[in-house]
Amino acid sequence: MEQAFQHTPTPQELADLKARELDAICVNESELVHPWWHNLKYAVWGILFGIVFVKAEIVSWFRIQEMFRFESFHMYGVIGTAVVVGLISVLILKRAKARTIYGEAIHIPTKTFNKGQIYGGLLFGLGWAITGACPGPLFAQMGAGFSVIIVTFVSAVAGTWVYGLLRDKLPH
Amino acid sequence: MLEAIKQPWPWYVAGALIGLTVPYLLLVGNKSFGISSSLRHLCAACLPANIKFFKYDWKKEAWNLFFVGGIALGAFIAAQFLSNPDPLVLAEPTAEYLASKGITDTAALLPSEIFSWDQLFTLRGLIFFVVGGFMVGFGTRYAGGCTSGHAIMGLSSLQWPSLVATCCFMVGGIVMTWFILPFLLTL
Repeated sequence: MEQAFQHTPTPQELADLKARELDAICVNESELVHPWWHNLKYAVWGILFGIVFVKAEIVSWFRIQEMFRFESFHMYGVIGTAVVVGLISVLILKRAKARTIYGEAIHIPTKTFNKGQIYGGLLFGLGWAITGACPGPLFAQMGAGFSVIIVTFVSAVAGTWVYGLLRDKLPH
Repeated sequence: MLEAIKQPWPWYVAGALIGLTVPYLLLVGNKSFGISSSLRHLCAACLPANIKFFKYDWKKEAWNLFFVGGIALGAFIAAQFLSNPDPLVLAEPTAEYLASKGITDTAALLPSEIFSWDQLFTLRGLIFFVVGGFMVGFGTRYAGGCTSGHAIMGLSSLQWPSLVATCCFMVGGIVMTWFILPFLLTL
């Protein structure tokens, strides 16, 4: 049997959720508490994801150059298919009022607009074309044996950290 | 069979699997797909430094770290056992353009002329690794998500701020590729 149990959030936990929600699109909304190995179901999907990333050459710097030069359909096909499949899936889940495997109602947090999506988006785009990688592919490039990408990765973590440091001073 | 798997996989296979990540994560644990947050959780776990933005219980988001750990492991498996023996097939105009900048090695997923340790301490290397990486980490967090969180999860759930962010990703990338990279590549 599952060791999960329903639990009412305390004020501290609500404050914690508020902190995590800042500038995040993915917040763990689930109120269930599980033992750690329940996380393996994310690791397994991650492995599949990593294999696809490498095999479809999505993590290739060359494919990103082709995309931004409009000289290949490949990456547009990947992202376009992913959005269409995701869109249809979300529609089905909503229509069916689907619940998670633990019986919780599925919840998708609503994104509110702020100017960070423009400034940050442009900055990320500039970096994406240089490194040829968004955050996901950085993990895949390191895993695939490009050890020098560790430097890019550490810089990306540093960038995130500096953002956290300066957040209150930046226009949003 | 193995021969076929070793060939590059088509866009629709990759796109479908990436798209299915959205319902998978929702169904197995009410999680919204997003990868760049993992960088933030690493900050919160390793060096919160009393910064408000990193003061939260990162263990609640540990699933995200398991997911990205899986990505690295999956990439390792693909590179070790399923790797394509042939060089990358690049679009003709892209190949010509890159060759004019001295980049011709398509044996691996990344060009060895740029992405190797002996390039790290050149001006170009510093820009490609350190500055580029910093912009990816800073920019995705400032934007509140990356390609997965905004372009895939956000667009799939019809959130217009994510459309704004995705357009800005593309504009930034196009500006870099057409107006700045031609110079950076020759450094």
